[in-house]
Amino acid sequence: MYKLLLCLRYLRTRWIALASIISVTLGVATMIVVNSVMSGFTNEMMVRLRGSFSDLMFESTGLEGFPDPDFHMAKLREICKDRTIGMTPTVHVPAMFAFQVNGQWINRQIVLVGIDENTAATASDMSQQTLHPKNRQQLSFNLHEGNYDVYDRNAPDQTQKRVDLETAGWGYRRLWGARFKHMEKLRAEQAAQQRAIEGQSGPMDPFARANPGLAAAPSDANPMNGEAAAPRDPFNPQGAPVNVFDPEKEQHTGIIVGKELVYHDGMKRFMAIPGDDVKISFPTAGQPPKISSDNFTVVDIHESKMSGHDSNFVFMPLRRLQEMRGMIDPTTGIGRVNAIQIRLRDDVDINALRAELAAAFPKAFYKIDTWQDKVGPLLAAVSMEKSVLNILLFLIIAVAGFGILAIFFMIVVEKTKDIGILKALGASRRGVLGIFLGYGLSLGIVGSGMGLLLGLVFVWNLNTIRDWLEYFTQQKVFDPSIYYFYKIPTIIEPFTVCWIVGGALLIAVMASILPAIRASNLHPVQALRYE
Amino acid sequence: MNETTIAPPAVRPAAPRDAQRVPAPHLRFGQGPAMSTATPPEPTTSPAANPRESAITNTIQLQARGLCKSYYKAKLEIPVLRGVDLDLRAGEFLAIIGQSGSGKSTLLHLLGTLDQPDAGEVHFWDHRIDKLPARARDRLRNEEFGMIFQFYHLLPELSAVENVLMPLMIRHSWFSFRLHKKKYEARAKELLDLVGLGHRLKHKPREMSGGEMQRTAIARALISQPQVLLADEPTGNLDAETGAEILELLRKLNHEQKLSMIMVTHDQNLAAKADRIVSLAAGKVVSK
Repeated sequence: MYKLLLCLRYLRTRWIALASIISVTLGVATMIVVNSVMSGFTNEMMVRLRGSFSDLMFESTGLEGFPDPDFHMAKLREICKDRTIGMTPTVHVPAMFAFQVNGQWINRQIVLVGIDENTAATASDMSQQTLHPKNRQQLSFNLHEGNYDVYDRNAPDQTQKRVDLETAGWGYRRLWGARFKHMEKLRAEQAAQQRAIEGQSGPMDPFARANPGLAAAPSDANPMNGEAAAPRDPFNPQGAPVNVFDPEKEQHTGIIVGKELVYHDGMKRFMAIPGDDVKISFPTAGQPPKISSDNFTVVDIHESKMSGHDSNFVFMPLRRLQEMRGMIDPTTGIGRVNAIQIRLRDDVDINALRAELAAAFPKAFYKIDTWQDKVGPLLAAVSMEKSVLNILLFLIIAVAGFGILAIFFMIVVEKTKDIGILKALGASRRGVLGIFLGYGLSLGIVGSGMGLLLGLVFVWNLNTIRDWLEYFTQQKVFDPSIYYFYKIPTIIEPFTVCWIVGGALLIAVMASILPAIRASNLHPVQALRYE
Repeated sequence: MNETTIAPPAVRPAAPRDAQRVPAPHLRFGQGPAMSTATPPEPTTSPAANPRESAITNTIQLQARGLCKSYYKAKLEIPVLRGVDLDLRAGEFLAIIGQSGSGKSTLLHLLGTLDQPDAGEVHFWDHRIDKLPARARDRLRNEEFGMIFQFYHLLPELSAVENVLMPLMIRHSWFSFRLHKKKYEARAKELLDLVGLGHRLKHKPREMSGGEMQRTAIARALISQPQVLLADEPTGNLDAETGAEILELLRKLNHEQKLSMIMVTHDQNLAAKADRIVSLAAGKVVSK
């Protein structure tokens, strides 16, 4: 009884001891905050990565891919049985992406992905990351009339309007097409005028003047030149109506581009929006691969918030890519693919399944990766960072333990006489030991309790605190353009919190063992004489 | 506590041990028979002249035989007690008088089992108590001896009532103390009333005067209803008037509650109020 009473009394009256546990408090609070933020960060990243990558990637080792995806998918289903939710065949090829801004050509290196509109949504979250609501329901590579998301759906405050996207879609394309056609018409008129002048006084171009036969040839080959060139077309001698591409009414093959490819961070503008035409060059399927290029129309923008993804991937219809690359078997009409993406049920052990699949398919031709393999180094780095931080911060608490030890020795010296009194009144050695161990424990409880509270409050209000810091320092403390987190993500794991608090308590008790033993060994007579 | 651990080693092997066993759980040494061989010395004051005569009995309660104790200062042996014999009869008020350094406080500590002698024996009733295991001596101090010190020795963090209750808190577990908290607190208040401090129950020691602190210490010594009160210069730190009041209080307790008492002092006048005086000089009893 007296142990408890004295512990509580000492706790209330010895403020110096409370000072010694402030480091325990801070250590516990810091550990809780760091662990919560790291867990939240890892989790957020895993969710995004997993959504973007699908769970399992079944790939061919070569760019030309493997034939008959349906056969492979049937075989995969046979092994996976009910463990899959969906799978979709894809073709991945490296490619060059080119588009024109203000008359300037911009080139980007990309991965061109052919996906099947109908099954893509079953195997990855890619369709959920597009900016048109209809595409999120059912993916399509046809340009929409308009109504693209003007605000970032994931941003907490819908204030930053993306003005460029307001007009995106067919409306924009019609305006753009009309202007394009007008420009072409002007150019044709100008060329006709020039020809008329040249007819009178010979070509003004010195090169053309020297070779009068060559000067006329390019203008004849120009399909925009209209009727003047048509009759001379050697492939169309009858003069049948030529199918001229009309950008006001038609689109090229649709593509969905990653946001970072077309977004200019400095100007906060989109350099290409749905409705624009771009050019992509990609290798064909033959050996050695040859370069082929074609026109495409941007039909949507893909925003996964993973900068690696958004600055790399361009999606297009699988069948068109197979046609363009020559991956279709002319006799059967079945296209080759070079990857199958598989989405699994949440409770499936991915690594076990990968091992099963690896055993079933020859390693020389197929590569089977989980999404974690794809982002392995990143996740390993984060988890190592977390453990190193934990060790360092726990050392802080251990240092605090030595502070407690020192203060406790002082308190035992200060309380020598009281210990003598208690012993004279019949308190046993064990009782005195209990008082000081209990005191250490209660200091630990107070210290880590305050730390727990401080840590939790800090974590719960982390984003408000960040806002204040940004307001006072006028600096971006947590820049969303690096990780695209508008909020600092946090997850409080009860197990980790218990572990931290338990460790701090243990250290406090361990630090009080030596002083407590010293107190219990004091001789009552000498302790009573102590002045 | 198991009684076999308390049972002291036999002083006289012939003594019928089993008959003296005290029923557990409370160690009540007083129920044992008195030592047959001990011959109580005659009281110095005439029984007829002393009104408190009725308190004194002829049974010897606490007995010291040939106590020796030395302290060591840097390997130098300083003998403090050199063979002290002392008897305290039940109900007697004994004063030990001597100059500073004569060993009177050390003797009191040995009698109260706070310290252990180098040689010699201490008997309480007819149990030898100086060689008891530590826990048994702790229990003896807690239940059978009340101690009062020159510097009061109250715990500064606790109020008067809490200080008085401390021996009971030490004796009982948290649960059993809570169970009887009302009863114990009432007893503590009663005792504080008895020593004249009924109005200062909630005061901390630093808010009290020396006399009040000593009264609190006396109440604390009485709370576990001890058989012997050991007082180490109880008035040494008080002015003459307050000291006289404290002594009067002790005499009253001795008389009314038949409490045996040993008081250590260097003041002849105070010692004169006791039933019997033992003089100590250079570690030996010089007169009785």
